[in-house]
Amino acid sequence: MARKKSKKKPRLLQGNEALVEGALAAGCRFFAGYPITPASEISEILAHRLPQMEGTFIQMEDEIASIGAVIGASLAGAKSMTATSGPGFSLMQENLGFACVAEVPCVIVNVMRGGPSTGLPTNPSQGDVLQARWGTHGDHPIIVLAPSSVRDSFDITVKAFNFSERYRTPVIVLSDEVVAHTRETVVLPDPDEIEVLDRIKPSMPPEWYIPYEDTSSGVPPMGIFGDGYRYHVTGLIHDIRGFPTMRTDEIEPFMRRLFRKINQSFHDVQIVHHFMTEDAELVVIAYGSVARSARRAVLDAREKGIKAGLLHLVTLYPFPRRDVVATISDAKAVLVPEMNMGQISREVKRVNEGMSRVATLNRIDGSMISPQEIYEWLLKEA
Amino acid sequence: MAEITKLVHKYLRHDKKFPHVWCPGCGNGIVLGAMIRAIDRLAYRKDDIVMISGIGCSGRLPVYVDFNTLHTTHGRALTFATGVKLAKPELKVIVVMGDGDATAIGGNHFIHAARRNINLTAIIINNNIYGMTGGQYSPTTPYGMKATTAPYRNIEHAFNIAELAVTAGAVFVGRGTVYHARLLDKLIEKAFVKRGFGVVEVITHCHTQYGRRNRMGDAVAMMQWQKEHAVRVEKAADMSEEELKDKFTIGVLVDRDLPVYTEQYELVREQARDSIPS
Repeated sequence: MARKKSKKKPRLLQGNEALVEGALAAGCRFFAGYPITPASEISEILAHRLPQMEGTFIQMEDEIASIGAVIGASLAGAKSMTATSGPGFSLMQENLGFACVAEVPCVIVNVMRGGPSTGLPTNPSQGDVLQARWGTHGDHPIIVLAPSSVRDSFDITVKAFNFSERYRTPVIVLSDEVVAHTRETVVLPDPDEIEVLDRIKPSMPPEWYIPYEDTSSGVPPMGIFGDGYRYHVTGLIHDIRGFPTMRTDEIEPFMRRLFRKINQSFHDVQIVHHFMTEDAELVVIAYGSVARSARRAVLDAREKGIKAGLLHLVTLYPFPRRDVVATISDAKAVLVPEMNMGQISREVKRVNEGMSRVATLNRIDGSMISPQEIYEWLLKEA
Repeated sequence: MAEITKLVHKYLRHDKKFPHVWCPGCGNGIVLGAMIRAIDRLAYRKDDIVMISGIGCSGRLPVYVDFNTLHTTHGRALTFATGVKLAKPELKVIVVMGDGDATAIGGNHFIHAARRNINLTAIIINNNIYGMTGGQYSPTTPYGMKATTAPYRNIEHAFNIAELAVTAGAVFVGRGTVYHARLLDKLIEKAFVKRGFGVVEVITHCHTQYGRRNRMGDAVAMMQWQKEHAVRVEKAADMSEEELKDKFTIGVLVDRDLPVYTEQYELVREQARDSIPS
């Protein structure tokens, strides 16, 4: 195929727009959603764009239906996504668990707004971090990624699709209202600069196909409805053929494999950015839009001669324990600023095990955390 | 080997662990049989069929047969089916639900799938009760009857599933019973070939959870009840309200043509492609 003309020119985009570009670049061809602020732009743009590229957009009757349709479309071979905010994300939790247990790749975007309940529809928050991790019932591993900027919204959505395809798992993109609605000039990469991964499909004759057989990666090849590999998909715990089982010697290996496929891939799925952490005595651990404020604060502190650093978490779950521990073990103090009452700080405290002093900065008034607030803490601690 | 046995072996999953979960005398097997016979008559390819179910006794139906099968969450079968159908419109999507599944927890999805006229077939097995969970009342448990959660009597009014489907916009609506097996075969076949959202409500019995509690006898007695209370729609047209008082109609209730979702979406795609500036 002839190389397409580069579209690389600066564009003024908001986070939600860049997220859509990332999804399309990653191969998303099916979207089902239900209107909700501050995620609605994602639906609107995809309603326009998907039919232009043989894709499908549908507005469903609620968020439960949206994620159901997304799972169905993925089983029929389409890379699929839905986007919502807190209240809709709560409605999706049941089928999110289905996607985990049936190992159906899909991407769920939650543009976080203030909660609980209807909360603050147009104000930012990071109140859904633990919901993303533990919202669905039962033990399950999950991948949660948080973009912090417009360009990040593109890159992380591509990553989200790649992880979902590679590990046959739902991936949650935890954006926030600030990231979603900030407009800034960005240059997006050309399609040939992006790594796009597709799920592994079975290549053996259909009669040899054992749909949930263990592999070294823990990820079995995925048969697509209509491709000749007829098999059973269920939310019940199943044996390697996909049939419901209540045998302990079949339940245990299945559950262990679900965890193993993610747990043995931390090197791939745990993304963090180090910013001046090498010699940092004061470490800020932040994610989402707060990470940008933190970056500014660290720069300002460095100008004052304060040894400050930022550990920017892109992957929230599986929690990047190794990176966090390595960064905070020699720090004098650690700050975890969040637009919630302390959700990731719980994880930081958990892995800290008394090595360092962990402080929190919590903002729950519907406003973003400014660089100044973080800077003040750095000044105080220096 | 008898013809019926051959058919069973043609479509049954031989690697599935049996026995099945249904009680002796259950009508679900008759419904599955009717579906298999229709599929065989229409010579659908196994690879092209996606059979989708929700939760409950009816939810276990697809696991036994050799198609692409999907056992979803409670009430959500139609939402998964919508995704499958839109992503691959060439597939024949068949959804099996129970009365609680389709009209209580999944009621919203049911009316909206009908309204959209998404082209798939919904078979609703109506046994007037939540059987698998132990006999709690459902949206189709008749007024005055008993259930484990209505130990004195049910004071809610029952949904008429077929009428609900008609009002919501389904282009084909049929009602049959497991007693009238040959009619059921025909209704299901008609629904399969219909372009658009086709619904077949199948009246069946749950002698274990519903019949026993309401002194309606065993499976045979309850099928006898179906025989005595079902009236063909054609015949009902000439009957008075009084005569139809404790009866229900069976046959084709609606057969009409409306624009079909996937075909409409194909036109939207054309429009969208034309809108791209060259």
